Amino acid sequence: MRIELEKRPTPSVLYAVLSPFVALVLTVITGGIMFALLGKDPMSALYSFFVEPLLDVWSLHEIAIKAAPLILIGVGLSVCYRSNNWNIGAEGQFIMGAIAGAIVPVVFHDWHSPLVLPLMLIFGMIGGALYAAIPAFLKANLNTNEILSSLMLVYIAQLFLDWIVRGPWRSPEAYNFPITRDFAPEAVLPEILASGRTNLGFVFAIVAALLVWFMMRYTLKGFEITVLGQSERAGRFAGFSSRRMIWFSMLLSGALAGLAGISEVSGNINKLQPIISPGYGFTAIIVAFLGRLNPIGVIIAGLVLALTYVGGEAVQLTLSVSDKVTRVFQGLLLFFVLSCDTLIRYKIRLVFSGRTAAVAQGGAE
Amino acid sequence: MGIVEAILLTVITAATPLVLAALGELVAERSGVLNLGVEGMMIMGAVLAFAATDATGSPYIGILAGIAGGALFSLLFGFLTLTLVANQVATGLALTILGLGVSGQIGEAYVGMSGIKLPEITIPLLSEIPFFGRLLFKQDLIFYISIALVAGVNWYLFKSRSGLKIRAIGDNHASAHALGIGVIRTRYLAVLFGGACAGLAGAQLSLVYTPQWVENMTAGRGWIALALVVFASWRPWRVLAGGYLFGAVSISQLHAQALGLGIPSQFLSALPYAATVVVLVLISHNRRMTLINTPASLGKPFVPDR
Repeated sequence: MRIELEKRPTPSVLYAVLSPFVALVLTVITGGIMFALLGKDPMSALYSFFVEPLLDVWSLHEIAIKAAPLILIGVGLSVCYRSNNWNIGAEGQFIMGAIAGAIVPVVFHDWHSPLVLPLMLIFGMIGGALYAAIPAFLKANLNTNEILSSLMLVYIAQLFLDWIVRGPWRSPEAYNFPITRDFAPEAVLPEILASGRTNLGFVFAIVAALLVWFMMRYTLKGFEITVLGQSERAGRFAGFSSRRMIWFSMLLSGALAGLAGISEVSGNINKLQPIISPGYGFTAIIVAFLGRLNPIGVIIAGLVLALTYVGGEAVQLTLSVSDKVTRVFQGLLLFFVLSCDTLIRYKIRLVFSGRTAAVAQGGAE
Repeated sequence: MGIVEAILLTVITAATPLVLAALGELVAERSGVLNLGVEGMMIMGAVLAFAATDATGSPYIGILAGIAGGALFSLLFGFLTLTLVANQVATGLALTILGLGVSGQIGEAYVGMSGIKLPEITIPLLSEIPFFGRLLFKQDLIFYISIALVAGVNWYLFKSRSGLKIRAIGDNHASAHALGIGVIRTRYLAVLFGGACAGLAGAQLSLVYTPQWVENMTAGRGWIALALVVFASWRPWRVLAGGYLFGAVSISQLHAQALGLGIPSQFLSALPYAATVVVLVLISHNRRMTLINTPASLGKPFVPDR
């Protein structure tokens, strides 16, 4: 038996909508099998992983808090990937954004002003954008592969954060714990709902997604991104510069990742510590693809992936499974999304032998 | 044993997994497939090698398990990118994310456990050569395999008929298909070889480099191996040279930390990653040379027309 692909004349609209959902269902089924292999009752495990977090106000807030950075980063990455620029170093830009934004509340902790928070957010965006400018510069001017350079910079950013919280920025009151001083109240992103911890970061995420959606759909820039991503040659004929697009997409995604970073430490952690992200920068890659590289889709995908984080924590507590299941779920999800996307552009046929193939083809004609 | 000898020994141990993983990826890329999942295949090899060694008591069975794990994992990549023509970059990332997750899950039981180190094999007579004997002929099996594979792959790619086919597919899959070469089949085999090599590299990490299981113990080596392939401009002997260069960099930072030069350890730890970026820039800033060396079909999807 072999699998043959037949190109559709036009991409299937039905599957374009359906494929993320098919992928989700397949992930859940595979996840159930995995729980069974781990010796847990699959139904109750899946229930506490995917359903229980949705029934409780506290965990709904947790989902929103975790979705905010995923959506912010995912939106930026979707622009990058659409324009064929493979920034996979968002995790590093997230960290550098957090560090740059934290300059204000850590170094100038005596300064109290309503300007503190806006300045932090701006610094965060600049920090993330500058860090993304390195692979952008290397790609645009020195022809260096952005996948590898942006990823190497993640490790460097993690080590830099580790150094800064253990060294120069370590809080004098923290008894040698590697943490900075707590952010002052005016440096903390305010909560937006009375019922729980969801902070302004979630609003940033939704606004960013809507703005980028508008840009992609209604502006020339959005058209330029799509054209250059699909065919650089065609873009050049239209007078678009792929070099400028490298800068634009990398700086935009870097700035959004940086904003996510500073929002996370300001709204959720309230200080810097050696580890400030459970891999948001990498999970956001899955978010971008599950959202079909569409900003509105990214909002939904970000919520789904946030659910896998919260669900993972839940099963860790209730079933004493390790938190690694979250990573497994996320990896599986991306796999299934990518394979289901094939259905959009191709018809899949199972061929059992040469002869039946001929018959099947004859029957189709 | 002199200090130089001791340092060079550690360089060899650090370089071997890089050489192996890069060599496997080189073959896959020569056939036109860009598999960014090296890190994922490597960590699967590492955890399965450790688990099998723990279960059987034999690190040689561990090696086999590592190879099998990497190869099986690469099949997943092959199925998606070759059969279902999914995006190679994204699928490679998926492989890495999944590998890190699954290996963490499997390895949960082995955290903190001390493993069995792969024994050294002393080659009679040769190992008695002063200096070089200790370095090159009193090593573990994986080291010998790595050297033999570099020579073997170099011969295979440039001197054998089917190696020529691989390179033809990598440079122009449509022409190769028109000539009747099985593009998809050959690519599957190349991807499988890449996975096996990455798995073996992972086995080296958990059986030789640090004979224990640590979560995320590959620490970016899979990505460095990918950079090595570019550095080596897709030539096996240069992979060997580059691997040892990177091994030396990562060891030198460890020695610098031990010396306590007053430089923060984090900066020294960042050295191999920074070096990778610098080397990439040096190698690829000449656009024409890159174009000449890169397999022309690299990363491009192929659907046979019939």
